[in-house]
Formats: sequence, C-alpha cells, structure tokens
Amino acid sequence: MLDLLHDVIFDYTLRNVALGSALLGIVGGVLGSFAVLRRQGLLGDALAHTALPGICLAFMLTGLRTPLVLMAGAAITGWIGTLIIIKVVQDTRISEDSALGIVLSVFFGIGIVLLTYIQQSNNANQAGLDRYLFGQAATLVQSHVITMAVLGGAALLCVALLFKEFKLLSFDPEFAASIGFPVGKLNVLLTSLIVIAVVIGLQTVGVVLMAAMLVGPAAAARQWTNRLSVMLGLAALFGAAAGVSGAMISVTASRLPTGPMVILCMTAIVIVSLLFAPERGLVWDAVRQRSSRRRILQGGPG
Amino acid sequence: MDSEEALDRLPVAVRDLTVAYRDTPVLWDVDVSMPEGKMIAIVGPNGAGKSTLIKSILNLVPLTSGNVTIYGKTYKAQRSMVGYVPQRGSVDWDFPTTTLDVVQMGMYGKLGWIRRPGKRERDVALECLEKVGMASYANRQISQLSGGQQQRVFLARALAQDAQIYFMDEPFAGVDATTERAIVDIMRELRESGKTLVVVHHNLETVPEYFDWVILLNVRVIASGPVEEVFTREAIQKAYGGRMTFLPDSVGEPSGPLRRAESLGD
Ligand SMILES: Nc1ncnc2c1ncn2[C@@H]1O[C@H](COP(=O)(O)OP(=O)(O)OP(=O)(O)O)[C@@H](O)[C@H]1O
Ligand SMILES: [Mg+2]
Repeated sequence: MLDLLHDVIFDYTLRNVALGSALLGIVGGVLGSFAVLRRQGLLGDALAHTALPGICLAFMLTGLRTPLVLMAGAAITGWIGTLIIIKVVQDTRISEDSALGIVLSVFFGIGIVLLTYIQQSNNANQAGLDRYLFGQAATLVQSHVITMAVLGGAALLCVALLFKEFKLLSFDPEFAASIGFPVGKLNVLLTSLIVIAVVIGLQTVGVVLMAAMLVGPAAAARQWTNRLSVMLGLAALFGAAAGVSGAMISVTASRLPTGPMVILCMTAIVIVSLLFAPERGLVWDAVRQRSSRRRILQGGPG
Repeated sequence: MDSEEALDRLPVAVRDLTVAYRDTPVLWDVDVSMPEGKMIAIVGPNGAGKSTLIKSILNLVPLTSGNVTIYGKTYKAQRSMVGYVPQRGSVDWDFPTTTLDVVQMGMYGKLGWIRRPGKRERDVALECLEKVGMASYANRQISQLSGGQQQRVFLARALAQDAQIYFMDEPFAGVDATTERAIVDIMRELRESGKTLVVVHHNLETVPEYFDWVILLNVRVIASGPVEEVFTREAIQKAYGGRMTFLPDSVGEPSGPLRRAESLGD
C-alpha cells in the first residue's frame, strides 16, 4: 500500500494516471450531478457515444493521434449529436428517449464503421485508436493531463460562477425564464460543459462506459445529502475515488482496459450509498419499517 | 379606454392573442384587460388554455400573433414588477435544496449574474416564510413538505419577488381548507396594498367569494369583467360546453341569464 503511494507520487506513468483519472472523476461528478438532477442521465450516454465518429474523423482528416485533436473531434460530433436531440424533441412528436436512442445508435454505428475502416487501412499510426472504446489509462502522458486540467478547470470555474443560475435552471426552468434568465443559452452552456466532462474522460474510460461516470457519482452523492453544493462536492470526491482506484487496478494488476475497472469501483460506491446512506438508504428504510410496524402493533396510535 | 395613457395604467392588456402548440390553436383571438388592485380569476375547463394564457403573458411560450403589455410596456421591460407562482406539479420536489433556498430564488432576478444571496436575502426570505406560516420549516429539505406546504413555499417565493402583479397557477390545488384560508388572506392583504392578482382557479363555488373580476376562458374568452356582472350560469355553461352537471347556487340571478339558459333546454 505504501509502495503504491510512493509510486503514485514518484513514478511518472502512475502519477499521470492518478491525476488524469482523478480529474475525470471530479469534472464528471460535478457536471453529471446537473445532468442527473435535470433527468438527463441518458443524454450523457448519447453524448459519449456520439463522440466516437468525431474521434475517428479527426484522425482520418489529420493523421494525428494527439489527444487534443481527437478530443476536439469528439467534442464536435458529441455536441452536434446533442443539439440534434434537443432540436428533435422540440420540433417533432418524437419522444426524448426515442430521439436519444436513434441518435446514439446512428452516431455510434458510424463510429464503429469508421474505426473498422481505419484499422484495416494498415496505417502504422492507427494502433490504439480502439482504446477509445473502453479506455486505457496507461497511455496517459503529462501533456494529456495538462490539457485535461485546463479544460476541466475552465468547466468547474463556470459552474462555480454560475452556481445559482444553474441551480434554478435545474430546479424550475420556467420560473428562471420568468425572471429573465436566458434559459436557452444557459441550457446550451450547461450541455457544452457536460461535453467537456465527457471528452476529458474518453481516453481513460472510453465512450461506451463514460456515461456511468456522469450518473454514478451523482446518484451516490444524492443519497448522502440534501444540499446541492454538498452533493456536487461529494460527487467530485466519489468520481475521483472511483477513477483513481479503477485506473490503478487497471495499470498495476495487468493491462486490463480501464473503463470497466473504474465502473466496477463506481458501482461499489453506488451500492454502498444506496443501501447505507442515512435517511435515504434502503437498509435503514427496512429497519424503520419493521420497528414502526412493531410499535404500532404493540401500542396502537397513542 | 384603449388610449395610450389608459394602457399605461393597466397592469395587463392582452390584444388579439393567438397561441398554438404546433398546429393546434390553444388560445384564439384573446382580448382582455386586467384592472389594477383587483383579484382576478381565470376560470375554464381542463385544457382551456388557462396556464397557456399566463405563460404567454410571462413570455414563456411563443405567441402566434397578438401582443401583451404590462403597464403599457413589454413584459421584458417590466419583468421586475411581476411575480409568478407556477403550478406546484411543474417542479421536482425531490431536488436537493431547502425551503429557505427556494424562497431566496425569488430574489435571483434582482441579484443579477454571479452574485450569491447573502444575509439581506436570507432575512427577506425568512420574513416571507413567516408571512405564509412556514418559518419553522426554513431549513427543511423540500421533499419533506406536504402538498399544502409546498404551495405555501411557492407563495413565499413570489412574495420575495416583491412584485406589483402576481400570477398564480392553481394555488389552491390539493390544499386543505386551512391552507386555502391562509392563502386567501395573504392574497387579500396584497390586494389591499394595491397589487393585482391573477389567479387560475378551479372551484366555481368560491369565485364570487374570493374574486372581484373573472375571465371565463375556453380557447376563446367567453366572458370577462366584474364577477357580479359576467359570472352567470349562461356564461359558465358556454365555457364548459354543457359538460357542467353541477352549478353552484351562488351563481347567477334566478331571473335573467339563468332563465334563458334553462329555456335553451340543456
Ligand atoms: N408544451 C405543450 N405542447 C403541446 N401542447 C400543449 C403544451 N402545453 C399545453 N398543451 C395543450 O394546450 C392546451 C391548453 O393547455 P393548458 O395547460 O393551457 O390548459 P389549462 O387550462 O391550464 O388546463 P388545466 O386546467 O388542466 O391546467 C391543452 O390541450 C394541452 O394539451
Ligand atoms: Mg393549467
């Protein structure tokens, strides 16, 4: 254990892995909280999947595998996919879940086709593009981590400044509009910040499982508190914990893909929170019901 | 009456308003004026467009045609004069926040961008909670409130807006007699201090008791004016399309409108 701590601080690879996955957990946790509270968890999923064709196209157009280039591609198609969903829901009779389903599968399908094409084209440079499916934290280097930190820091700064605006937008958008908040613009901004959160996590967790890093920390954090600010903090903490421990397992134990490991750690946190959180935990619920039933049967209403 | 000066003194003037969701018109050629310092009821069957009328006045839905003025100017210019109590069911009451925090949201508009509520906002919010009898619930998580308490909290949030005109969408929905009393008392107090209240209301029986003015709505405006003049059986029948099997005794004089409605044989 101490050895691992020593390595995390002094080993170049491990340090980058730890920092990168902590960042992804923090940013994903905070922005995922808003997604969950606005009942848009699935939107995060669609967003992550729609990023895949962007990654492939960015590589095909530039021939580069620099994370910044691929992240930009991911952000662009992720954003387009999301705007299509928002538009379709607004302007047609297609319901939100169908719109999400359609856009997600179409974009992801195109992404897989492009990925297969790239892999068969014998481009020596293509090796490893498929790690964006399930993530591979071991490939993180310092420059990636710096990029992630800048993007994530900007997103978190936005949330800190517009905390009250985003809170009201999430709780009561109609009232927010009635007092003059530009609800449409805030909506696009918040969605764009979620795009950033997804993009930051792609290399580590991958497009397939990224949504869990938005929904998981938020769902777990909601169990422990009744305050939005505390919820955001806890979600960041849970996200970071799951991110770091999952990445460490994946890097040190063997060359397992990181995404599934991170999600397993996240699942453990979610399960504990669902069962044991005070007030909302299912276990306490059951205990309370049993004891109150006994009390009622023995003593009557008085 | 429609001269510019008169419009300036009119809290709400709706002119030739038509609103459609996709291709179905929900409001058709609505033309109403709402006088100052009155309690005004908007009455009509489910789906009549009552909520939509309020939302179009508040600029929350796009207008197909027509226009709305608040004291002679656009809503955008007069926003700070308006308070809004949405239908209680329109928000998620499991949101992680406290009663006090929700009431403070009423002051977000005046706070402006980025600034957070401070001590002054906290004090005002507590005062508003006091007025609706919810001061002891200030730090309660909102999911632990009953329906009637939620309604009081929404009312307190509107009070915190410190407005001239209040729009309330079904403030009595699902509240008990005590809470209804308390809410009506607060409304009357507001009226005494010169505010105008526009309230979507479902209980026809209490319209004459609570309100000075009534707008009967069913896509079109069926009738609009002082309660004692326009709230007749005939008008109600017309608004509810003969689907009303029950009419309160307090409605309409036995001669006049009522007779005519009966002789139409419906
Ligand atoms: N966002 C929307 N999209 C499409 N149609 C809508 C929308 N909101 C309302 N409608 C339709 O507009 C009509 C009027 O709705 P509105 O909510 O204004 O009625 P209401 O008089 O407030 O009814 P209630 O008494 O049930 O609250 C209804 O037929 C409703 O189905
Ligand atoms: Mg309504």
